[in-house]
Parts: sequence; structure tokens; C-alpha cells
Amino acid sequence: MLAGGQSLIPAMALRLARPAHLVDINGVVGFDRLEPSESGVRIGPCVRHAALGAEAVPGPLGRLLSLARRHIAHAPIRARGTFCGSLANADAASEWCLVAVALGATVTLRSQGRVRQLAMAEFLLGAMTTALEPDELLVEAHLPALPAGTRVGFHEYARRAGDFAEVMALAAYELRDGLVSDPRIALGAVEGRARRLPAAEAALAGQRPHDAAFRRAAEAAAAEITPADDAEDGRLLARAAVARALSAAA
Amino acid sequence: MTVGGFPQARVLGRDVPRVEDEPLIRGKGRFLDDIALPDMLHAAFLRSPHAHALIRGIDAAAARALPGVAAILTLADLLPCLAETCLKTAMPSPSYRQQLDRPVLADREAVHVGEPIAIALAESRALAEDAAAAVEIDYDPLPVVADCLAALEAGAATAHRGAPSNLVAEMTMGFGDVDRAFEQAPHRFRERLRIHRGGSHSMECRGVVAVPEPVEDRLTVWSSTQMPHAARRLLCDILGLDENRIRVATPDIGGAFGPKLVFYPEEVAVAAAARATGRPVKWVEDRREHFVATAQERDQYWDVELATDADGRILAVRGALVHDHGAWTVRGVNVPQGAMGAMPLAYVVPAYRIGLKVAATNKVPVAPVRGAGQPQGVFAMERLLDAAARGLGLDRAEIRRRNLVPPDRMPYATPLKTRGGIAVTLDSGDYPRCQQMALDGADWSGFPARQAAARAKGRYLGIGLANYVEGTGRGPYEHVSVRIEGSGKIFVATGAAAMGQGTRTMLAQIVAEQLGGDLGRIEVITGDTAAAPLGLGGSNSRQAVMAGSSAHVAARRLRQRVLEIAGQLLEVAPADLEIDGDRVRLKGVAEVSLGLSAIARAAAGQAGFPLPEGGGPGLFAREEVVIDAMTYANGSAVAELEVDIGTGKVTILNLVFAHDCGRALHPRLVEGQLMGGIAHGIGNALYEYMVYDENAQPLTTNLAEYLLVTATEMPPVKILHMESPTPLNPLGIKGVGEAGVIPIGAAVASAVEDALSPWKIKIDRLPLSPVEILALLNAAKARDSL
Repeated sequence: MLAGGQSLIPAMALRLARPAHLVDINGVVGFDRLEPSESGVRIGPCVRHAALGAEAVPGPLGRLLSLARRHIAHAPIRARGTFCGSLANADAASEWCLVAVALGATVTLRSQGRVRQLAMAEFLLGAMTTALEPDELLVEAHLPALPAGTRVGFHEYARRAGDFAEVMALAAYELRDGLVSDPRIALGAVEGRARRLPAAEAALAGQRPHDAAFRRAAEAAAAEITPADDAEDGRLLARAAVARALSAAA
Repeated sequence: MTVGGFPQARVLGRDVPRVEDEPLIRGKGRFLDDIALPDMLHAAFLRSPHAHALIRGIDAAAARALPGVAAILTLADLLPCLAETCLKTAMPSPSYRQQLDRPVLADREAVHVGEPIAIALAESRALAEDAAAAVEIDYDPLPVVADCLAALEAGAATAHRGAPSNLVAEMTMGFGDVDRAFEQAPHRFRERLRIHRGGSHSMECRGVVAVPEPVEDRLTVWSSTQMPHAARRLLCDILGLDENRIRVATPDIGGAFGPKLVFYPEEVAVAAAARATGRPVKWVEDRREHFVATAQERDQYWDVELATDADGRILAVRGALVHDHGAWTVRGVNVPQGAMGAMPLAYVVPAYRIGLKVAATNKVPVAPVRGAGQPQGVFAMERLLDAAARGLGLDRAEIRRRNLVPPDRMPYATPLKTRGGIAVTLDSGDYPRCQQMALDGADWSGFPARQAAARAKGRYLGIGLANYVEGTGRGPYEHVSVRIEGSGKIFVATGAAAMGQGTRTMLAQIVAEQLGGDLGRIEVITGDTAAAPLGLGGSNSRQAVMAGSSAHVAARRLRQRVLEIAGQLLEVAPADLEIDGDRVRLKGVAEVSLGLSAIARAAAGQAGFPLPEGGGPGLFAREEVVIDAMTYANGSAVAELEVDIGTGKVTILNLVFAHDCGRALHPRLVEGQLMGGIAHGIGNALYEYMVYDENAQPLTTNLAEYLLVTATEMPPVKILHMESPTPLNPLGIKGVGEAGVIPIGAAVASAVEDALSPWKIKIDRLPLSPVEILALLNAAKARDSL
């Protein structure tokens, strides 16, 4: 299935992927729909990375999309690659998977005669693995809006600008009476799939947003993960990224 | 700062527009892959997936039956076209302990992943790749030698079946009574270092187009090589043809940086395949092939010691070096030899001895990458000096200042010899002043305050310094001819090879300086055996020095002849004439002039009429200025950087590069060369790592896994020029093509060590990855908490 082709075509060029059939969905009417609303944003399967940002989506969600977008590869790839393609590809270091997981996105999967919706956490099964069946197409993703006043932060570390991330962390929370409420802390690129970190979120909830609280949350994050590669290195990177995403959000 | 020390010059020392640029900018470049000929076959190579294996059988029947496939050729199939089956490319050296000439194609034993075994020819590259993949080979895997240290242990498996050992070469370089100096020295410092360099990764990979001409039994071979004349000689030897039967020519080349000076099996196989099939054959290396088939540098392990007196003055240096050679000897021992030769060069070192062992491994053969071992030697020396500065409580710049070869001792004869036995004499320069320029440019003395201010905010800055002296302009000669034809246009032909560095501009400038000053009237032909009878090609930062000198002498001689003939025709004294554009004019009397065209026609003569007096016919001058001694360039780099102790990432904040390459023919080209070298140096220091696993399987075979420096990783760079003209050539120039890369790794390591000084972390390796820096920090924190 060919939308942006920014993962599939290089794999074919390297003879790693040799699909018997290639279906180009770029011409399908309506697949490029991008519909922001009060409740969030609906994203069709041909919406490019570059289209998702504060200029298209209002509020804290739009700001968060802008923060994440700038880390996605390079400008030509952002102009061609798609949001839904990134979810379906499910790379452990996908910025959009991290955003979708952190916000509790839902995806709509469609085959002949069947449409089903899955929460992102059910859809994303592991590195390069999703619940998508061979006869299904991911036809829409829905990102829920963040309440006005939500603070958002995104930190990514890659070896070079545009490289796959070594680590990335997303933080979002509201303030009630000066205390952190409804914190979302999610981590990508270290484990096989992006996920929220409940222990880190619990460590932050109800705290004043300051460095000591951020450090405690980051320590909790480092303790609760199981890095895919070098465990020690992964924990160190996770700790640094979570603390920085929280600081950036403050 | 004035650059380009040719005060009265018309075009020398000036940033004239490059003659190469117009076609490149208009998309009219003519690179190897742009060559398309009727009836041309496309080649793909079947390469060994094993690091070491016996080849028990090759079955190409299924592959030959695929649509569009013209032939699958193994070594056995090519034998009728071959007079020899090996490429004898090793330079002479008494150090060899075994001869490892690689075959045209592997037929009984494959000794590294990527070694070519068969060539598939088809109507398109894609079909040729399909065909190569369909060849069935019965392999019997053999024990693998993946590490050069383990390779030299007793009882180690051998990289080549039946070899007595993996010791390819050994030698000792040095002078003076080293052991006595160490016995008596009050201070000694020892470092055990591991240095890795990867490939050069020119933007364009290699490629060959071979065109048979059956009517005259000739063969034209277009190759993206740095050494077309050497390639022709080797093709003649291997194909059993005379030199007048083979033309080797280079199209535009998209970078080379060393690996393209090697002559490769693919060049023979494509040429032989063209003769075997009678059709033009084209092969263009893709990036994955480049990672497994094009020469790289690799691992060096240094165990080195420095002896100083109480003031930090060097008394002696000694040590041992183990070098990973890869599977074949494709050039020689010049990389480790260059490293050992570079190590002490910038400093007054009274006694020096390094023992070298070169080990065969089941990896891609090693040959020079820009710098050719010199960055490694400089790294070893500079690490020792930093250790000594720390041990003696001296500023790192001060210990270097005390030891740099002082200007009042120039020319400074070292006891070292080049690989050809030529004395190493530092010819000119002011090394301490150059270092001071770099220090001032980087505000070295203000750094402690910057470092303290950053640390107060939890940021870790470091600064580092490294010096180098580089042998450039390796002789003995380069051929250049200059001809003015009847149109008045000037044609320059040379054995030098242009790889993208502006060689044609450089030669056109030198010739134009003598012959009218108009680069637009000059056409320069490089890298074509049909245009130049002799040539050594591009290596060792040599072409501006060697070809430039020949061009200068030839153009001056031709200028004399032009003025002489013009004087006769205009009936004035030649001394009163000058060449301006395409005309020779009487100085101060503009209306008395004669076109170069008329002078060329007069010189060409007419049947039955006498020639102009005083010389032979034609406006033609040929020159090969012979210079054996190398001219030594120098420089100093200061890197200021930040280490992110959360991630281990190193960000270079500022880089200052002060250097002296003698007179700069074209300051912007000099800066371009330096910037490119600096990018390579930053890559070697922080990004590039050609990873092999314990079975010598390469793990980084694309540019997502092997990290090259891109624009976003380049720091602000300040280049400062000194110009100490060398007395060794008429223009006073020294080479600059490799200079940029040489001190960068050492300066970065020094700066990282400085940034991490609160944890007393020592940097003993290159490249430095963030993961390694984090691990070093962790280990240090664990140590400190005990």
C-alpha cells in the first residue's frame, strides 16, 4: 500500500521489500482530508507530515504537533510521508506513534465489508507490528484535542538532525491550583513501541511543576521501562528525555 | 588577513570563478553514470556473503536463462581474456612478510564479505542484479579473522587458508637512543589508544564503462579513478595488451578522497567482460557495494609512551602499533607508515621508535582515505602531550609551544625517511606562530571563564588543541603539456586527475598567468591517457605542487616562445611585449599587437617557407618538473564543544583552523578543501563507524547506519591562513587536499576530555559515540561514589 512511500520505496530500492502488488492510494478522493474540530482532528491516510501543525490545528494539540513534526526526518520526507503511514509502519522511533499513544488516539481500519476502530494502545503491538490485518487499510486516525491551557513539551535526541531518534519523550499536563493535573508522559524509541509511563505520571500528578518533581518523574520513568537494546544506556536516555520534555512544557 | 601571496599576479592567488562550474551548475556534468552507449550491457557483481569461505562450486545455469541476461562470467570464463589473474598493486616495501595480491574474481576462496566472484551482464542493471542473485554458489564457511589484535595471537585462525600467519608486514621506524632516553627521563606518560576510521564516501561511488573497438582491437575504459595511467598499465598487464591498445579516461568525478586511487577487480572484470562479449559494458557501484568493496581505513591499536624532562620538553617517544590491513594488499603499508611518519613531525623529538605489525583480517582491504594514516599518528602524539600536560601541570598549549619545531631551525632535517627513502626535511613555516593564531582565534585564554560560567548552569564545555605537519606534494613528477593551436586557444593536458577539487581551475590559473590571463581561453584535459603520455594522478595532496609546477614551467617557456615570434613578426624586442587575453601587445602602444592565433599559425609553418627563428615548430611546451622531496604544510586546530551529560552527545560550538600551505593559488579552493577535510575529521571523531561483528559481517552498509557529517553537524569554522612559501617549487606552494582532516580528531578528543575533567575521564579512542561517553561517565560516577 503506497501513500507517501518514504519507508516502502527505500526498502524496495534495497531489495528488502519485494511486494507482488503495489496499490497507490494517493488518487483516492477524500484521503487527504484533514478535519480539525472541537473534539480533535481527523486525519485521512494521505495527509502529509508537513500538514500537521499549529497552522492547521488549533490549541495545545496544534502546538504539540508542531513540536513533534520538526523532528521527523528531513523536509522532503515531511512533504511526502504521511501521518497514517507512520502509524501503520509502527517504527519504534516514530514521532507520530508517540503522539498518538500519548493522546489516546483512535484509528479506523477498513476492509471490504468491515470497519473497526481501535484505540492506539490496542493497535500498536510492538516494533513494526500492528493489529492491521492484511486486508485492512488504515483509513483514518483521530487525535483528541487537549484542553485549553494544557502545557506540552516534546524532547527528542538523535545522532544527527533528521536521524531516527535515540530517544524521545512527550509531556503534557494541566495545572489546577498550581498543581499538575492529568499528566501524560510518554516515551518512544527506547522500548519496542511508544507508550505512556504510568509510574512517571503518578510521580508527577499533584506536584508543583518544578525541577525536583520533574527529576522524580524522570527517575520513575527510567525505572519502569525495559529498553529494547542496551538497558543501561536506554534508562539514562529515557531519564534525560523525560526530564527535558517536562522542563520544556513548564 | 591577506591570502594569496602573489602580489603582482593577474590571476594567481585570486578567487577566480572555477572553470568546472558552469556545466555542473547547468546539469551538464558528465559523470560516469551519464555515459550511455548503443548496445551497452549493464553489469552487476555477485559478491561473497561470507567473510571467509571455500567456493566449492558455482552454478550459473539458472541465472543465464533469465530474460535479458547476456552472460554470467566467473574467473574461469574470463581466463581467455586474461594474461594474469591477480592485481599486483602493492607498492614496494621491505616490510612485507607475505604477498597478498587479490584475484580478478575470487574462484576458490572468498576472504571478505563483498569480494566479487562473478559478473552478471544484462540489458539493464536491475536484470543484472536479478541474475547475480540467481547464481548458486556452494560455499564451505571457514574460520573468520575479525580483529587485528586477535589475528596476531598464537594459534589464531588465518584470514587466508594455508597462510603461515596473519602477519602481513612488520617494520620499525625511528631514530636515536630511545631506551636510554627513557631510562634517564624524569617523566613518562603512556597511552593505549584505539583509532578507527571508516570509508571516504565520496558522493559518487566508483564506476567503469569499457568500450571494445574490434576494428582496431582497442579498448577504451572510462573509470572514476584517481590514477588513470596506473590503471592503464595494470589493465595492459592483466589483459596482455600494449599501452597503445588501451585508453583509460576519467569523466567528471564526484569526489574520491583516496579509495579511488586503488585499482580494483571490477575495473579488470568490466574490461575483460567487454572484450569477451564484444559489447560496451557499464558498472556503477551502488552505496551498499561501496561499503563492502571499496577500500577503507580501519582499526589501529597504539601502545605509546612519551618521555619528557621536568619542563615538559620531549626526550623520546616509543611504542607499538597494530594495524588492520583487511584481506588483501591493495596499496601497501602506506597507511600505518604514514601514521608513524606523521606522529612526531610537528615537534622536536630527539629519539623515536615505533614498531609496526600489520595484520590480515577478513574485511575489506585497507588503503588511504583522505589523511592516509596521518590523523591517527597525530592523534597518538597529541594524546600523549595532553597526558604530559596534565601530569606536569602545564597548559596544553604551553607544552606544545615548548616542543614545536621552532622557525629559526628551518629547514629542519629530521632523521626520518619517506616510504621511498627520501629524507624528511621540514622546509619552511612558523609552527609556534600558527598555533598562536589558532589560540587567539579561539580565545583560548578566555575559555576558563566560559567553562566556569557554563558549569554553573550545569553545562559542560571543553576546549582542545592539536597540531599537525603534513608531507604534501609527493613526487617525483607530474606531466603537463601546454599547446596554443591555430585558433589561439590554449590546451593544457596533464596526467593529474581531477576529482572535484578544482584541478582544472588550478592549472588554468597557472597557465593563464603566463599566457594572457584569460581562463576562458584555456581548456584543461585531466585524467586521460590519450591526452598525456605520462601521469601519476591524484594522491598525497600532490597535484597543485607537482602538476602546478610543471604547468608553471611549461607555460613560462611557451610564453617566451610566443613573445620571441611576436617580436620577430612585429619587429620589436620581445621584452617590450606583453600577452593580454588573446593578443600580444607592445607595452604602452595598444595599436601594435598581434593575435595568439597568428603567432600559432606562424609557428606551425607552411610548406616551403622558413619558420620563425630561434625555436622549433609549433607552440607547444611539455614539462615534468622533478621534485623528490615533499614539502611540509602545517596547521593547528582548536575545538570548543559541549558534552551533553544526559545523552552523551557532543556538539562542537566553535572550530578554529590556522594553517600554512605556502602560497594559496586560489584561497576559496583552499578553504573548500579545508572545510571538506574538517567535515571528514568531525565524522571520524564523532560519527563515522564502520561496524563489523565478530564474524566480520559488516553491520553499517547504508548511510542511515553509517553516519556522515551533514550541514547540520558542521560547527562554525574559522579558517586562518599563514603563507610560508616553500623553496622547493617555483610557486612556493604546498598541498592542502588532506590537511583539514588531520588534527580534528585529536582536537575533539582533547576537548571532550577537558569537558569531562570533573570526572577525570580519559579519552583513548576515536570515534567517540554518545553511548560510549555515557558509559564512561557512568563508570566514572560509580568509581567516584566508592
